[in-house]
Amino acid sequence: MGVILEMKNITKYFDGVKALDNVNFKVVSGEIHALVGENGAGKSTLMNVLSGIYPHGEYSGAIVFQGKSCIFRNVRDSEKMGIVIIHQELALIPYLSIGENIFIGNERSKAGIINWEKTHRHATELLNKVGLKDNSNVLIKDISLGKQQLVEIAKALAKDVRLLILDEPTAALNETDSDNLLNLLLELKKSGITSILISHKLNEVIKVADTITILRDGATIETIKVNGQAVSEDRIIKWMVGRELVDRFPKRAPKIGTVYFEIKNWNVYDPQNNDRKVIKDVNLKVHKGEILGISGLMGSGRTELAMSIFGKAYGKNITGKIIKDGREITINNVRQAIDHGLAYVTEDRKTAGLILIEDIKHNISLSSLKKLSKRLFINDEQENQAAVAYRKKLNIRSASIFHKIQNLSGGNQQKVVLAKWIFAGPDVLIMDEPTRGIDVGAKYEIYIIINQLAEEGKSIIFISSELPEILGICDRVYVMNDGRIVGELEREAASQESIMKCIMQSNRGCC
Amino acid sequence: MGTTNVELPKAGFATYEAVKYALQNNIRQYAMLIALIFIMAFFQIATNGILLMPMNVTNLVLQNSYVLILAIGMTLCILTGGNIDLSVGSVCAFIAAIMGHLVINLKMDLIQALAISMLVGAIIGIWQGFWIAYVRIPAFIVTLAGMLLFRGLTNTMLKGLTLSPFPEAFQKISSGFLPELFPGLSWELASTPIMIGIIFSVILVLAQLKKRRDKVKNEAEITPISLFIIQLLLIICAINLFAYWLAAYKGIPMILLILGVLIVGYHFFTTKTVPGRYIYAMGGNEKAAKLSGIDTNKVFFFVYFNMALLSAVAGIAFASRTNSAFPLLGNNFELDAIAACFIGGASATGGIGTVIGAIIGALVMGVLNNGMSIMGIGSDWQMTIKGFVLCMAVAFDVISKSKAK
Repeated sequence: MGVILEMKNITKYFDGVKALDNVNFKVVSGEIHALVGENGAGKSTLMNVLSGIYPHGEYSGAIVFQGKSCIFRNVRDSEKMGIVIIHQELALIPYLSIGENIFIGNERSKAGIINWEKTHRHATELLNKVGLKDNSNVLIKDISLGKQQLVEIAKALAKDVRLLILDEPTAALNETDSDNLLNLLLELKKSGITSILISHKLNEVIKVADTITILRDGATIETIKVNGQAVSEDRIIKWMVGRELVDRFPKRAPKIGTVYFEIKNWNVYDPQNNDRKVIKDVNLKVHKGEILGISGLMGSGRTELAMSIFGKAYGKNITGKIIKDGREITINNVRQAIDHGLAYVTEDRKTAGLILIEDIKHNISLSSLKKLSKRLFINDEQENQAAVAYRKKLNIRSASIFHKIQNLSGGNQQKVVLAKWIFAGPDVLIMDEPTRGIDVGAKYEIYIIINQLAEEGKSIIFISSELPEILGICDRVYVMNDGRIVGELEREAASQESIMKCIMQSNRGCC
Repeated sequence: MGTTNVELPKAGFATYEAVKYALQNNIRQYAMLIALIFIMAFFQIATNGILLMPMNVTNLVLQNSYVLILAIGMTLCILTGGNIDLSVGSVCAFIAAIMGHLVINLKMDLIQALAISMLVGAIIGIWQGFWIAYVRIPAFIVTLAGMLLFRGLTNTMLKGLTLSPFPEAFQKISSGFLPELFPGLSWELASTPIMIGIIFSVILVLAQLKKRRDKVKNEAEITPISLFIIQLLLIICAINLFAYWLAAYKGIPMILLILGVLIVGYHFFTTKTVPGRYIYAMGGNEKAAKLSGIDTNKVFFFVYFNMALLSAVAGIAFASRTNSAFPLLGNNFELDAIAACFIGGASATGGIGTVIGAIIGALVMGVLNNGMSIMGIGSDWQMTIKGFVLCMAVAFDVISKSKAK
């Protein structure tokens, strides 16, 4: 098979900083080519160069597509050639229908007037291709994220795609939806569509990719042909980080104390729908110095549980008891939760965890201003000292504490969120997907921080969709499904199989 | 995106580069100040030196006092998330009407009437704040309703007529001057403004030095010492020049004292206090603020409550200046105040903006008005030019921001 795409000596600067350094990247026609690397390695930048988001002239180097040298001034130019990129943040319009979204900017029309019959007929054909059975009149906001991802692909197909680029397509999907999507990629490959897959999930990459290219610090490190032979994740990781990660999870000798925090008969209703119970009779307990995992598929109610505990930040008609250090406490709002020594590291740091336009200092101090002020006057000196100390303690890489959050990498942003909550001085820390979307190196650092907190005797509730992570760092695991806790596993008994078994059994029990 | 790991200059950066970097970094902060100076220089020449004559400088302050007061409150509203308050002009009018009714018609004691007016301002604040913060009706709509409501009430109270004149004591609020500190000195200049100017400069220098020391201690990038000294000198010059102008006329106007207290107070409030920080946090990301234990409803309520109070103050100041309460009083005040904030660098999505910026923005508008009036340009053209300036100022802000990325 021939080479469909060749990017030669691509170099790109951002404000004098080299983001891509002489990158050479070659994709063979009809393959699935995975692009992996740590955050900031240059994957997205490279793909943005390819798709014309960074127009010709903003980078140096050449792009040869299907034997022709190409100059893309914008996304439209690259799409005309059949190169379509699907970004991590989906570009769908929630209040328009599936059909309208599929043909947006590419309408089935004559003289500017849309032919609705044709729109929906073609949309249905495309939906069949991607295996989506929904009616094309359904609004985007009413379908799940996994389905939306499929709509994006249908949209790409509508543009006569020859090279499909997917940037972290499964980052927000659960396992079933991820599997669906990956299978679809394999299907599309059969019909001759080449794809480039950017992903942090190495197991998926290994499963579907024919070739893997590894980027590090803006340069190509290695290109591996998979050819049916198994490639080990560890080898890829080694290339990605440029050093041997002996163990992906730091070792720790747990020192577990007495039961410290308990939730009893916890019930929560959907704030939009009074009849729908989201959390059903949940009982859980955490010991001092323990890292307690909560596992479960997306939508199993983990975040809802955490947020309802944290000052009723989610849900309605919440009933149940919270017992801390042997005493029952009432928590009606977030302030009270913080005052009772709770902290909640949110699932989505950008929309709910951080103030992106503010600096590190203001973000770290935000939930602890009481400590830093006297009669409402903030003590600047103390605030600076605290920020400097936590920046150092958590190894937040930045020019100073006055660095704006939006200019930090994902891993460093996450460290700021952790710094903020550690500074608040909690006894019970609930962490919701604390390592989502950050690179392997930063993950390791965050595990170390979590271990230290447990070492100090804090109780940690660790929520994650990644099973290896749950198994790697938790002392005990609750399995959640459909708003219930359906299993409790000690460290020794916990495995990917046993957790999945709990979920499957509970599904069978209810239906 | 791969663009997140932008390196920043570190210590040991070449001096030239450091100066350049500092300039770039500060250009937005000072851009409007520089623009203001240019506009002033332009009109100074175009009006043959009338603009900066001592009497006119004092006039400028008196003329614009109401916009300055409103712009302070409006900044807080905009900070919470680009929310504006359209009702301020009508509230000014309503308070002026009440004041007029109490003092002129009912011959009530001045202090008592002022207290009642402020109380009414507070009640208006509670009314609007409740709907905006707790029922979460968009501020735009609540204050649009308020704009109609209080204009209507004004007309009802005044029966469409003008109330005038106010007692002399009331007029003093905007036309009075602070007494001489050393009346014995037979000087050509008033001594009070000069003294205050010097005291103010000393305080400012000390504060800036402390800020710089803190930054050094916390490993932050700082402007090079040369630039820092130039900056300080410029500020000192500006303050003392202003003091000189005041001194050369009648001294410090009463209203300037009120304004000064409000500006310093609110600057301090927004930058150094917990509630002030909460306003920025809410505008930056309300969800994150909530999950950090901030009662954002309370913040929202306070901001609109405060706006109504300041509108009351502005209404009283304006009534005192025009020595009357009339149905059209305060017309378009809200637009002046909103424009001042945006010219002063506030973000239309919230979380960014400063009280000082809004003051500079209001002065830009004020100097434009005043300068053009002296030149004899009609009010129709004045409005056109102000509209153009607003658009350009915000365009500059948006473009410079997108370049920074």
